[in-house]
Amino acid sequence: MTTLLRHRLFWPTAVLVVLLASNLVFSNNFFSITLQDGHLYGSLIDILRRSAPLVLVALGMTLVIATGGIDLSVGSVMAISGALACLLIGDLSNPDALGPVLLVVGAAIALCVVFGLWNGFLVAVLGIQPIIATLILMVAGRGVAQLITGGQILNVHSAPYRVIGAGYFLAVPVSFLIAAVAVGLTVALTRRTALGLLLESVGGSPTASRLAGIRARRITIMVYVFAAAFAGVAGLIYSSDVSSADSNAAGNLIELNAILAVVLGGTALTGGRFSIAGSVLGAVIITTLDITAVSVGVPVETTLLFKAVVVIILCLAQSATFRAKVFGRFGTKRVEVPA
Amino acid sequence: MLRRLSVAVAGGLLLASAVAGCGASDDAGSGNSGGGGDDKITLGFSQVGAESGWRTANTKSVQDSAASAGIDLKFSDAQGKQENQIKAIRNFITQRVDVIAFSPVVESGWGTVLKEAKDANIPVILTDRAIDDPDTTLYKTFIGSDFVEEGKKAGQWLVKEYEGKTETVNIVELQGSPGAAPANDRKSGFADVIKADPKFKVIASQTGQFTRTDGKAVMETFLKSQPDIDVLYAHNDDMGLGAIEAIEAAGKKPGTDIKIITVDAVKDGMTALSENKINFIVECSPLLGPQLMDLVKKAKAGETIPQRVLTEETTFTPEQAKEALPSRKY
Repeated sequence: MTTLLRHRLFWPTAVLVVLLASNLVFSNNFFSITLQDGHLYGSLIDILRRSAPLVLVALGMTLVIATGGIDLSVGSVMAISGALACLLIGDLSNPDALGPVLLVVGAAIALCVVFGLWNGFLVAVLGIQPIIATLILMVAGRGVAQLITGGQILNVHSAPYRVIGAGYFLAVPVSFLIAAVAVGLTVALTRRTALGLLLESVGGSPTASRLAGIRARRITIMVYVFAAAFAGVAGLIYSSDVSSADSNAAGNLIELNAILAVVLGGTALTGGRFSIAGSVLGAVIITTLDITAVSVGVPVETTLLFKAVVVIILCLAQSATFRAKVFGRFGTKRVEVPA
Repeated sequence: MLRRLSVAVAGGLLLASAVAGCGASDDAGSGNSGGGGDDKITLGFSQVGAESGWRTANTKSVQDSAASAGIDLKFSDAQGKQENQIKAIRNFITQRVDVIAFSPVVESGWGTVLKEAKDANIPVILTDRAIDDPDTTLYKTFIGSDFVEEGKKAGQWLVKEYEGKTETVNIVELQGSPGAAPANDRKSGFADVIKADPKFKVIASQTGQFTRTDGKAVMETFLKSQPDIDVLYAHNDDMGLGAIEAIEAAGKKPGTDIKIITVDAVKDGMTALSENKINFIVECSPLLGPQLMDLVKKAKAGETIPQRVLTEETTFTPEQAKEALPSRKY
């Protein structure tokens, strides 16, 4: 029991369970999953589907934060990728053909990789502080996206493009599958190879890692490229979901949600150790929180407050100092029992 | 040395801006009476953003009619943020434009910046959204739709549609951005009309932020948490269009299983209306550019103008949408 309570993913999991359970009180069929027109249908499926963009962004953010950096530009990169994809698809002679749409998707992600290289260059080569370096693209990127769309909402009618965000493969949402593959790849890369260790060492001390023979600069550039590429895919999911590119709303403030997801998952902003499972869990909690607010019927004016309260409770619960202070009075030995 | 230099530069800048500020306020006194040699009117216009097709059409109307009226337009996009808009208005004041027009992002918090405009003797015109300030001398006029009336029209159609039926009508509502005038007024106008009959029940009402994505997301959750929905009332077309996707994914027929009322009548919305996916649209015309330019000229000339100017609007049924669609510009 004690070891379970001490596990760093215990509190996030507990909050997620409480959130899901409270949904059950307000809507009886919350956990029901049915087959609708050949695809899975239910609130839990919604959570999986709608978490996908945030999971992807949080994944990239975790890697960046592990090296002691931060990437504020992910939201703008999302907007750019969706905008470019919709613009190019609008120019296609046959938007329903699979090949050209795949090329467009590739082009959008390639552009995002370029932006990732730019961020990495500023941070690793020029030595600009990550928060400043990525702030540039956060502000300018939104402008680039608006330039691409001409400040308008671009609508596209393309069956293959729609599949990315709103489609299903073997009854499972495609966006969820994309996120799952990305998580799987990242876990394999960081935990089955030495890459994870290198990331943590760069985050722990870039100088020491460099002296130990690790190419810290290359690792740093790589994580920003990863973050931008994942954000690009998230942007495609976001825009494909409603078959339109909205350069103002796409990815707006998602960088903060992603940082929150990473922190909720137990990765420290100072760099070093990181938890991919934790970040994914954090992202799912945030999405569940959004859905819960609507499903429970929290009044519009108090939605943000409701979210803040839940997040604060979770952060306090995660803090060992806070737990000791509050429960400590009743005797340190029995600290974990009441929880 | 470097530090001293930077202090000097910063001090110099401060001084310069102070001098410029004085010069500007001097201008205000003389410029107004003299009229100036340049008779081309400068209009500073701060737009909310580009959150929907409606807004885009509104922007285009303002830009086009400014060009054809020979008015020099300084256009600024607030991207949905009040602080950007306040910044833009301050810039317009510094640049000494002749008239400021803006579409307020939210209703409250405009007192200070509009006072500054008033002190600088620059007339302010509100377009399409009102502000919530007891001091009505802060602006010359407000041109735009009556959002309460739009909400009422939506409610009246609903009352007529369910005339003579007794069973409960379950309504879900997709509100606009919290705090925005169209969201508040469309909600209250609609509520005023339907409250006369207890069979109408608004079972859920949440914000869809006027965007398609949020409209879809919120409707998805409504469909799961509310087992029985008869009517959807969306405060704009885009949220309604997003909701249609959610309804279709739930295996229901939009317009038949769930009746849909929206406000705006943009092209995409009208197309859905003509396909019977939406049942009724209350028009909220964005094409107020020509009327606005007229008011700008009058304000510049110092003529008296009414405090409230309404834009001409109508409502659409699917049949009317089919007729109107070919000539729809936005």
